[in-house]
Amino acid sequence: MKKGLSIFLAIIFVLSVALAGCGGGTTDTTTKPSEQASDKPAAEVQKTLVFGRGGDSVSLDPSQVTDGESLNVTKNIFDTLIDYKDGNTEIQPALAETWESSADGLVWTFKLKQGVKFHDGTDFNAEAVVFNFNRWMDPANEYHQGDFPYYGYMFGGYKGDEGHVIKEVVAKDEFTVEIQLNAPQGPFLNNLAMTPFAIASPEAVKKHKDKFGEHPVGTGPFVFVEWLPNDKIVLDKNPNYYKTGFPLLEKIIFKSIPDNSARFTALQSGDIDMMDGVNPDDVTLAEGNENLQVWLRPSMNVGYLAFNTEKAPFDNPKVRQALSMAVNKQGLIDAFYNGLAEPAKNPMPPSLWGYNDSITDYEYNLVKAKELLAEAGFPNGFETDFWYMPVPRPYIPQGKKIAEAMQADFEKIGVKVNLRTEEWATYLDLTGKGEHSMALLGWTGDNGDPDNFIYVLLDKDNAKGPDAGNIAFYKNDALHDILIKAQQSSDEAERTKLYEDAQEIIHNDAPWVPLVHSTPPLVGKKNIKGFNPHPTGSDKFTEVHFE
Amino acid sequence: MFAYTVRRLIMLIPVLIGMSILVFSIIHLIPGDPAKTLLGEKASPEVLEKMREDLGLNDPLLVQYKNYMVNLLQGDLGTSIKTKRSISEEIKPYLAATVELTFFAMLFAVIVGVNAGIIAAWKQNSWFDYIAMLIALIGVSMPVFWLGLMEQYIFAQKLQWLPSIGRDSILNPINSITNFYIIDTVIQGDFDGLKQILKHLILPSIALGTIPMAIIARMTRSSMLEVMKADYIRTARAKGVAQFFLVYKHALKNAFIPVLTVVGLQTGLLLGGAVLTETIFAWPGVGKYLYDAISVRDYPVIQSGILMIATIFVIINLIVDLLYSAIDPRIRYQ
Repeated sequence: MKKGLSIFLAIIFVLSVALAGCGGGTTDTTTKPSEQASDKPAAEVQKTLVFGRGGDSVSLDPSQVTDGESLNVTKNIFDTLIDYKDGNTEIQPALAETWESSADGLVWTFKLKQGVKFHDGTDFNAEAVVFNFNRWMDPANEYHQGDFPYYGYMFGGYKGDEGHVIKEVVAKDEFTVEIQLNAPQGPFLNNLAMTPFAIASPEAVKKHKDKFGEHPVGTGPFVFVEWLPNDKIVLDKNPNYYKTGFPLLEKIIFKSIPDNSARFTALQSGDIDMMDGVNPDDVTLAEGNENLQVWLRPSMNVGYLAFNTEKAPFDNPKVRQALSMAVNKQGLIDAFYNGLAEPAKNPMPPSLWGYNDSITDYEYNLVKAKELLAEAGFPNGFETDFWYMPVPRPYIPQGKKIAEAMQADFEKIGVKVNLRTEEWATYLDLTGKGEHSMALLGWTGDNGDPDNFIYVLLDKDNAKGPDAGNIAFYKNDALHDILIKAQQSSDEAERTKLYEDAQEIIHNDAPWVPLVHSTPPLVGKKNIKGFNPHPTGSDKFTEVHFE
Repeated sequence: MFAYTVRRLIMLIPVLIGMSILVFSIIHLIPGDPAKTLLGEKASPEVLEKMREDLGLNDPLLVQYKNYMVNLLQGDLGTSIKTKRSISEEIKPYLAATVELTFFAMLFAVIVGVNAGIIAAWKQNSWFDYIAMLIALIGVSMPVFWLGLMEQYIFAQKLQWLPSIGRDSILNPINSITNFYIIDTVIQGDFDGLKQILKHLILPSIALGTIPMAIIARMTRSSMLEVMKADYIRTARAKGVAQFFLVYKHALKNAFIPVLTVVGLQTGLLLGGAVLTETIFAWPGVGKYLYDAISVRDYPVIQSGILMIATIFVIINLIVDLLYSAIDPRIRYQ
């Protein structure tokens, strides 16, 4: 009896101390309603949006970064001269109201919006634009501190480099800016719409110098408040935003929650309002949850199978066409993308202007494929190597499994492929040199211009080792002429026509099998309205609100 | 004892130098390039080269090591390649977050583990013993990420009792002064804030503390079993000392020394090794900070961060050694 009592006492002791030790004690947590309820004012419409994401930003100076987590936040703090339209990569006015180019495409004149102020109260004007361009492009500039990687990439290097596109940027009057180019650049306007070329407050740059990325000041719909690294970034509404009545939210908090499952749990628990980086299985769960909604971001990428057209038998277009008929794209999407992708028929995604929708894809038909192969002189097929990427990429999440599925189909038409891979850096290195016969690879676009896909990936200029972007080593002079003409034109209608023709040529020559354009999912509360995910991966929350 | 402490602190120096050489060699031997990971695949060779040059990555390794050590000796932990911020400044909130979490995880582990071990030994071969040791076995082999996700699912999503992630409420953050949120709320008299902080600590503390708890329970049990067989215990029992006092007062003191060693080691391990818990609970701690640094090859952060944790680890073990004599006066330090 005595023993029994002491055991009982000891257990009580253990439990009570343990509970006291691990925090507030059970009474606190059980008698109160959920924390969310006590945290958030009930009834009235929610004005703060908590966006859960997997990583943290690198810097909040958009000109210094290339990562999506930085650009997604800065898109809301800053504005660009030109912006993309909702849901596609066509352009529309932003800080610049109108623009025109000289006949030779070398001089661009921008009329700026008047009365816009930076968050620090200083005026946005032509001088501010000139200051920003000089900071990005001139290594001798006092404020050119850092790497400015996207500037160099999109505008052919920096001032003084051979191939640098921009000659000079001049303020013609308070609200007129003239940008003079060394050579016409077709994608010029699309480039200017990229967040890395957003206009920062010159005063703030002068004040914070190389620490500007910790104290960003722009003209955007939201004002930077604080950044707790690896935890959260807080933005408040800009009451003086140039779009009157906007933004609709009072506050946005970007909260870093590294684990995809934990982030999804946090969403279901009400700790956050929306999230990206959703596990495919969780998308299915979210679709079945009446409190949640799913958005699919329009694709701006392409996953493809490239044939090395310099190697036999892939120097024969009929062989390439035959293999194109032996790929079951929809099957791959259902099996390996959970349906979160669309089959590709062109080397660029349909969210881009200039996409040629009139092209009919090669049908998946093994009998016809075999016939065509026989016609090409390979009635019994052949043997070759097939490289697949060792790491998951947004456009090809499971390289090995996708390669195995395609291998099985190729086998049916008599083509025996030997799968091969390398460590990722080596893989890029060797495919860039052209060691493969067939290889999987993909591309995510930067500026939403067709040039950024077709020229980079399929022009003969880029079919040279050791760093070929065109790993099909496909060289077509007719295509090259079209692409160069399109680069030098500033007439959008003309460029659209040229790129449509280019896709026609590529389709017939089949240097690739374009496989898929993946559409990354986002999940959020059902009552979120006004959110329209943009293909570039960065979203402005100006019109987002709760109902 | 003072001389002993000083001697131990001096011994810290070669340990840390050895550690710095080891860490430096390992991180420079693994392939990967911070310039490439930071600027992305599309950066031009010129930009990459400029960054490597600016960071001094083109210098011979010995020169790089020398530069690092010279700065370190001047108290400069270096600058992060990724964020370009001073590491000694940047690491403070992360370290505070981890120390706070580790403290509560170990509190949970010690209180539950020690008591469970004692009772299991006291009631050896009873149902309690079997169940406690079974739980300890499960606890040792429990994957932390699974436990964490289950906790979140049950207590945050289904029951809605506790917040699923973070150190404080996202919408009503506390006003931080020292980065130790418990201390911050207490000195500001913000008791609602304190309650909120404690609520945020419960789930991650249990997730992080479960493995040490299980180890401590097993250690305590075996240590207690040995002591319970000692002559002085039999004598005490013969004198009629109540079982409870016999166990908690007479036996525990002698059984506690090996347990204390384990507690010290486990605390040190948790400080640097809480990456999984920190990832699942979005806890902005030093483990996640270092993990991110390793994935982008942020060499200065990896080096300084690991050195810092190593220092704390050694100091904790020193404290544990000093505590031995407090528990057992027969232990003397010469």
